[in-house]
Amino acid sequence: MNANQIDQQTLLQNEKDPLTHTPVHLLSLDGVGKHYGNIIALSDVTMAVDNGRVTCVLGDNGAGKSTLIKIIAGLHQHDAGVLNIMGEERKFSSPRDALDAGIATVYQDLAVVPLMPIWRNFFLGSELTSGFGPFKSMDVEKMKAITLKELAEMGIDLRDVEQPIGQLSGGERQCVAIARAVYFGAKVLILDEPTAALGVKQSGVVLRYILQARDRGLGVIFITHNPHHAFPVGDRFLLLKRGKSIGYYDKKDITLDELTAQMAGGAELAELAHELEQLGGHGDIVKEVQAEVAGVSDTAQAGGPKHA
Amino acid sequence: MTMTQTKTTTKSAVSDERVARRSAFQKLLGRPEVGALVGAIVLFIFFALVSSTFTQPNALATILYGSSTIGIMAVGVSLLMIGGEFDLSTGVAVISSALTASMFSWYFSTNVWVGVGLALVVSVGIGFINGWILMKTKLPSFIVTLATFLMLTGLNLGLTRLIGGSVSSPSISNMDGFDSARAVFASSVNIAGIEVKNTVFIWIALVAVATWVLMRTRVGNWIFAVGGDENAARAVGVPVKATKIGLFMGVGFCGWVLGMHNLFAFDTVQSGEGVGNEFLYIIAAVIGGCLLTGGYGSAVGGAIGAFIFGMANKGIVYAQWNPDWFKFFLGLMLLLATIVNLIVKRRAELK
Repeated sequence: MNANQIDQQTLLQNEKDPLTHTPVHLLSLDGVGKHYGNIIALSDVTMAVDNGRVTCVLGDNGAGKSTLIKIIAGLHQHDAGVLNIMGEERKFSSPRDALDAGIATVYQDLAVVPLMPIWRNFFLGSELTSGFGPFKSMDVEKMKAITLKELAEMGIDLRDVEQPIGQLSGGERQCVAIARAVYFGAKVLILDEPTAALGVKQSGVVLRYILQARDRGLGVIFITHNPHHAFPVGDRFLLLKRGKSIGYYDKKDITLDELTAQMAGGAELAELAHELEQLGGHGDIVKEVQAEVAGVSDTAQAGGPKHA
Repeated sequence: MTMTQTKTTTKSAVSDERVARRSAFQKLLGRPEVGALVGAIVLFIFFALVSSTFTQPNALATILYGSSTIGIMAVGVSLLMIGGEFDLSTGVAVISSALTASMFSWYFSTNVWVGVGLALVVSVGIGFINGWILMKTKLPSFIVTLATFLMLTGLNLGLTRLIGGSVSSPSISNMDGFDSARAVFASSVNIAGIEVKNTVFIWIALVAVATWVLMRTRVGNWIFAVGGDENAARAVGVPVKATKIGLFMGVGFCGWVLGMHNLFAFDTVQSGEGVGNEFLYIIAAVIGGCLLTGGYGSAVGGAIGAFIFGMANKGIVYAQWNPDWFKFFLGLMLLLATIVNLIVKRRAELK
């Protein structure tokens, strides 16, 4: 690949922060690493998140994507490198810590409680209260009204906020989780494989919400293993493989084909073709794989998404 | 919903044409305690038919008293179960509380209120230890509280014999403060000629407070969340550990109330009592619609469960049957209630 990798230092050269007049990333990682016992889950990862930009983190299963977001979301602590929030070095000790710093995460399993009504889920952990001291109670009507309004603004036409959230479809639940993060003043929104379990149409809906969140000025981190979902919405792409960064590109420097090729691992496909050839009797499959090695643009259907 | 119906429905800001209006009856059917309520009504009618004394005001007061001694604990146990845990040590913890109050004030010859205060600290402390060990070790609550149950059973017997030299605590009826404590924990109120035990009012008050906490406060939201999906709750910033430990402490508080009633209703406590009662509280909560897996249920449900228990317990006596059959009825009620709950949960999850 001959695409230019991003140099973190020059990334904000032409941009000025309106308050400090110095270029500072909303969130940046510099050489971050993490090991669990003797297993190195992540090493030397560098990336940056800025207002109104979507940073995509791409990688196959076990590439270290989950470890990376767990560090940013405060579930785990990194043990190498530096995590900066607004130019200030931080190490989160709990998810609450990260939330207070404006980092909201929408997990793959969505962090919603299926048996609870939508409005209770929406405000879970940040309930609105009224009254004093021991008589402090939840402002139920206000919370219901806000839930309905916020979801309507995200374009989700809800039927009934009293419904248990488990009754919503996967895409709708995803959108509720995103709307919740946006409402609670998140500056950085982390989306962990939001489209992994969704159909084509629902994925499109979720991608649109990602763009809406971006247009509201949030810094979005979009974790996915599907370059076809990442490329249309992403501004920067960080590729992970076996816990290491194998590429960090700006959208203008890379094409979808190149991205897919890096994801699918061209060399591995060639090796597979070779092995199949030796086994013999798989003529058509060998041809198929060879075709893929040659024209990576076709890997989309066969290679990329099937890794899920 | 057909087209014509849709057209005639006027759409307002809050209502939506896709939601068919639910009648009050349908809303009631969606409540967790509805199975228990139907069961309670059926059981009441049944005993009213087979026994003429069952519906006498005095008999009802007795039934309510029996229900309240289960119901007071069922309040704490229900909330704990909604929070996704359960406690096997509750039965003996009640006795531990009563023994602490009586032995301490007897041994040190203090006013019994000092013992009562210490018992509160011990009861809530037992709850705290249960919750803390559970959160630290991440063992199932079944194991942790089973261990506490065995240890408390041993401590109750061992310490009582060591300090008092007997299997029951010494009588404290002529000590300072006994009468005022009895007035608070074990008196009765005369309502239109019928003596109603004050535990009934304590029970109702506890149910009301628990319901308010559960439905209208942040803590209530957290209790549902930690029981429904602990990881999700943690991820959105709910203090999972504090919530669960607090629930165990709440159970401890209920145990203290009942323990004080047991002590002051008489003046001594048998140190070997209480074993097996923990199941009655759990049964009351389960019959009342609390899911064993957590995340669903209500305090009112637990109260109805306790009432069913009280009716079955006393009803068999009023019907002049052999009380041997009581356990069979209890088992049958439990089985039916859990099946109803299972169906309710499936409907809630899958529609």
